[in-house]
Amino acid sequence: MAEKPKKPQELVQSIEYKPPRKRWMDTPVEFHKGTFNYSAAVDKLKYLDLPYPRKWQPTEEDWQLPDNWQEIIHKGFKDRLDKYRSFRVFMDICVRCGACADKCHYFIGSGDPRNMPVLRAELLRSVYRNDFTTAGKILGGLAGGRKLTVKVLKEWFYYFYQCTECRRCSVFCPYGIDTAEITMMARELLNLVGLNIDWICTPAANCFRTGNHLGIQPHGFKDSIEFAVDELEELTGVRVNAPINKKGAEILFVAPSADYFASPHYYTLLGYLALFHEVGLDYTWSSYASEGGNFGLFHSYETMKRLNSKIYMEAKRLGVKWVLGGECGHMWRVIHQYMDTLNGPADFLEVPVSPITGTKFEHARSTRMVHIMEFTSDLIRHNKIKLDPGRNDHWRVTFHDSCNPARAMGLIEEPRYVINHVCNNFIEMPENTIKEQTFCCGSGSGLGTDENMEMRLRGGLPRANAVKFVHEKNDVNILLCICAIDKATLPPLLEYWVPDVEVGGIHEMVGNALVMTGENERLTDLRGTPYPEKEGGENV
Amino acid sequence: MAIFQHGSVSIDVDEDGFMQEPDKWNEEVAKALATTEGVDDMTEDHWKLVNYLRDYYLKYGIAPMIRKLCKETGFSLKKVYELFPSGPAKGACKVAGLSKPTGCV
Repeated sequence: MAEKPKKPQELVQSIEYKPPRKRWMDTPVEFHKGTFNYSAAVDKLKYLDLPYPRKWQPTEEDWQLPDNWQEIIHKGFKDRLDKYRSFRVFMDICVRCGACADKCHYFIGSGDPRNMPVLRAELLRSVYRNDFTTAGKILGGLAGGRKLTVKVLKEWFYYFYQCTECRRCSVFCPYGIDTAEITMMARELLNLVGLNIDWICTPAANCFRTGNHLGIQPHGFKDSIEFAVDELEELTGVRVNAPINKKGAEILFVAPSADYFASPHYYTLLGYLALFHEVGLDYTWSSYASEGGNFGLFHSYETMKRLNSKIYMEAKRLGVKWVLGGECGHMWRVIHQYMDTLNGPADFLEVPVSPITGTKFEHARSTRMVHIMEFTSDLIRHNKIKLDPGRNDHWRVTFHDSCNPARAMGLIEEPRYVINHVCNNFIEMPENTIKEQTFCCGSGSGLGTDENMEMRLRGGLPRANAVKFVHEKNDVNILLCICAIDKATLPPLLEYWVPDVEVGGIHEMVGNALVMTGENERLTDLRGTPYPEKEGGENV
Repeated sequence: MAIFQHGSVSIDVDEDGFMQEPDKWNEEVAKALATTEGVDDMTEDHWKLVNYLRDYYLKYGIAPMIRKLCKETGFSLKKVYELFPSGPAKGACKVAGLSKPTGCV
């Protein structure tokens, strides 16, 4: 059983913003229980053909590095500086102004100076200066350089796996440094000497093997979707069709696998199924591309590319016109910012056009993939669905902008437009915690493990604090989000910091409000919670 | 990776105590693993849940959807947490000898 973390009050009181007396370079990293992740399982590394699979754990003194590990990292560093001009610019351009320093949820929740994005990047930048700049080569420490030692490597592992690649800091950087890309480079370098975490490599290996992070095989996938179809019929009286691997369908729909496995994700799945049926969408699920998420993004370019290609290979095989994506977070960072050069352009598909409204999604001209919030808000805009927002009156909702849809694709207004049409009680959290400035759930980019729970609770504190504000002031009782990691990690976070606030997806609310042709009177919402009796005995 | 020993039971487990070779699961193993979850007495309800998971796992190679688990055993999620305080995935699945679900869960 997981050990109970500190009490909330104790955790808050343990946050100390005063930096240690010693210089950061002289302060060794300590692997505290609850603040790091386990190493990757050997069989999963082998499955992905990743280098130097071996048994080791971060708490052990000897990480069993290959003999020439320094040479490997130096070469890897050089290769990446040559390959990515952006990486070299990010290494050179930072003036250490500190605008990012207090913008990181991990810094706010831990007070550890090395969690200031500027200093986290400096962990890498110091080695860059020493090895790749003239000043650093000559002056070493005086020019802010330092040699790559085992101590430095351990520091990299600890702190680059204490960054969720959420990019809130980047919003405030006057130079526009993409700090997530610095973390991505550091993780790639760590991978070169076999330092990986299990919560990233096991889902990636599973996805490569069975099509999804959970390792669900096709017959299990079918079983889950069919169960949802049956239950939706019980709830609404409407039997929907949910085709799987249907060749020639117009649209391939790809959702995160947790939507057909976990709760509260599942209620969002019911919402998708109800909506697609009601508008008569000619679509298909796929058991091969049964994952929207891409844990490869958290690992390396190569792994991201391999996992991303499955969606497009399947779109080609099934002969669909375009791809619709579900309530997934980091999937959209991959699609919107990397897919085009990873596996694109997907010119064997068509530029997406909504078959219901005729809207052409011009912005998806290259990736041929549309976010479900865009799709649904367009349906509502064209009055194509009938909605009864009163069926969500038991919810007082607020919306957590999931980091990647908000910051990586600018999906700010569409979710709000939909919420405002399906819910009567929508209350925003404070402005500096939403939209582009949204605070991370604290568990993204593969860090959502039990062993990392203390760090997750610390990192999630700013988000939870904003929820607490609207809970106490406006009686908010549900936090909506459009990312499966959010749906998995916000419930324990809120249970810890703000009990009595639930977590749900926007399409769960859509499913509740959607008036379906031929439906029975709804006695419960999609969670099975009975609606209160209306005066005159009529149910809402 | 470690060896978990309890009475006559000795099995390989991962860092979270999940067994590594699910084929070696039996009722004795389940009882032994249950002690690590704070369950010293496996009641009829505990077995109902564990056996359901086990059967599903043998058929599909994975745990069922949480919603399905609740519906088919007749236990609410709250009840599942009462039976196994770490919850369906980390508690009940562990005792049933399943591997840990990973990803956005």
